[in-house]
Amino acid sequence: MASRLLLASRAASYLRISVSHRGFATVLKDLKYLDSHEWVKVDGNSATVGITDHAQDHLGDVVYVEMPEVGASVTQGQSFGAVESVKATSDVNSPVSGKVVEINEKLESSPALVNSSPYENGWMIKVEMSDSGELNKLMGSDQYSKFCEEEDSKH
Amino acid sequence: MRGSLWQLGQSITRRLASGDKKAVAHRYFATEAELKKTALYDFHVANGGKMVPFAGWSMPIQYKDSIMDSTLNCRENGSLFDVSHMCGLSLKGKDAIPFLEKLVIADVAGLAPGTGTLTVFTNEKGGAIDDSVITKVKDDHIYLVVNAGCRDKDLAHIEAHMKAFKAKGGDVSWHIHDERSLLALQGPLAAPVLQHLTKEDLSKLYFGEFCMLDIHGSHCFLTRTGYTGEDGFEISVPSEKALDLAKAILEKSEGKIRLTGLGARDSLRLEAGLCLYGNDMEQHTTPIEAGLTWAVGKRRRAEGGFLGAEVILKQIQEGPPIRRVGFFSTGPPPRSHSEIQDEQGNNIGEVTSGGFSPCLKKNIAMGYVKSGLHKAGTNVKIVIRGKPNEGVVTKMPFVPTKYYKPS
Repeated sequence: MASRLLLASRAASYLRISVSHRGFATVLKDLKYLDSHEWVKVDGNSATVGITDHAQDHLGDVVYVEMPEVGASVTQGQSFGAVESVKATSDVNSPVSGKVVEINEKLESSPALVNSSPYENGWMIKVEMSDSGELNKLMGSDQYSKFCEEEDSKH
Repeated sequence: MRGSLWQLGQSITRRLASGDKKAVAHRYFATEAELKKTALYDFHVANGGKMVPFAGWSMPIQYKDSIMDSTLNCRENGSLFDVSHMCGLSLKGKDAIPFLEKLVIADVAGLAPGTGTLTVFTNEKGGAIDDSVITKVKDDHIYLVVNAGCRDKDLAHIEAHMKAFKAKGGDVSWHIHDERSLLALQGPLAAPVLQHLTKEDLSKLYFGEFCMLDIHGSHCFLTRTGYTGEDGFEISVPSEKALDLAKAILEKSEGKIRLTGLGARDSLRLEAGLCLYGNDMEQHTTPIEAGLTWAVGKRRRAEGGFLGAEVILKQIQEGPPIRRVGFFSTGPPPRSHSEIQDEQGNNIGEVTSGGFSPCLKKNIAMGYVKSGLHKAGTNVKIVIRGKPNEGVVTKMPFVPTKYYKPS
């Protein structure tokens, strides 16, 4: 469903028709976003990280998720793992710096959770942040929606 | 077109993580304007096709169905692919067969009229210039289809040899079928659905056979072949009738045969153990190394007479130094260029195609290993992003083929 809307909107942008992006790839209000299409949800000093609905839609069926080990350090904007779909491989970057305190082990046996539930059951890692000031460099939901729209219109 | 399809997918998704977005966007923009469009381009777009650049053409990598669903549906029901980017070619003249036999490994003279085979165009070193399905329509007419990405190279090669051949008095000429479109109809419903659109009895046309016939009111070339491992056809149809025919096929199948893009086509051919030229076969690979020894006709083994015959015939006798084999593996799916190691960690080769098999729900790959380590059951390591993963040499096809052959 999401992908049908995505395509409709893409066709529309190709034709230079303006369309509302509400209801297209879902973007959640209370999250922050990296320009490489990862989201972060902050709770105190703990940050949960995953890839966005837009990213999973572009990737297609996710068949393997490569994750760091608990205890590994991650850096804002740097790759911490990879997502493999039937079609392709994509690096996954961390929106925040810090130490990995938990990984979503369910993705080992059910990588498709990244497609079916990108913001909930498909989360990838939890990070203990070393610098919460970095959050200011990330996009809010409105800015990220606009960013996706612009990126798609280039196609 | 090295790594063409996967690179394509990667260029789409890597973009998600690209630091230099302007450069990437610019590159896309620059190429998109120059891309060729098939007669079905608007139809693809109207049906939700995600159009991507492929071998100089704008082609659908997938439609609304996921690549996983499309792959499964082809084996369960059927798929319709637009493969008009591929180049259809007729060689005509009373010397067309001896001419072609200088360039390919097949026993073209030995083919019965109306039958064809997979073959390889070779260079002087025995390497593959391209693979192609060739059909002997009759003694003075050969029909063949070559890869889109190899079109210019192949045509230049054929033309150069044709000039020399004609200079010596040989009677051969060509016609490039740019007035036609090519549709591939594959899967268990291919024959029953196509039968609704023609009066010819398709049950008498077996795998590898060819005929010219009327389909849905158009004069078509029909080859019972494909690139999925399923029963099916490739239909060459006048371009102005291609849209009508595509619609009729989809309609007659009552929605069960689905438009299918290049993404699923790649999964399907990999599951069927078929080579993608540019990935699994290149200028420097011989057909023997690629596991296509069967395609060197018996008479050709005795007589030679094709480019690179010395190298190829020697390899048949002595065995090739490397061989194309299949693998199952655990961990992330292997991709083109993943290193293959023996159990001790020594380099023994490289993956040329790989991915997750939608039908088998596990990783499959093909690649080249040193002879001696090519036997089914040999344990290997496949290195992905620096980490070795368990793999085992496996017979291909990974998914049993269902070609329609006389019982």
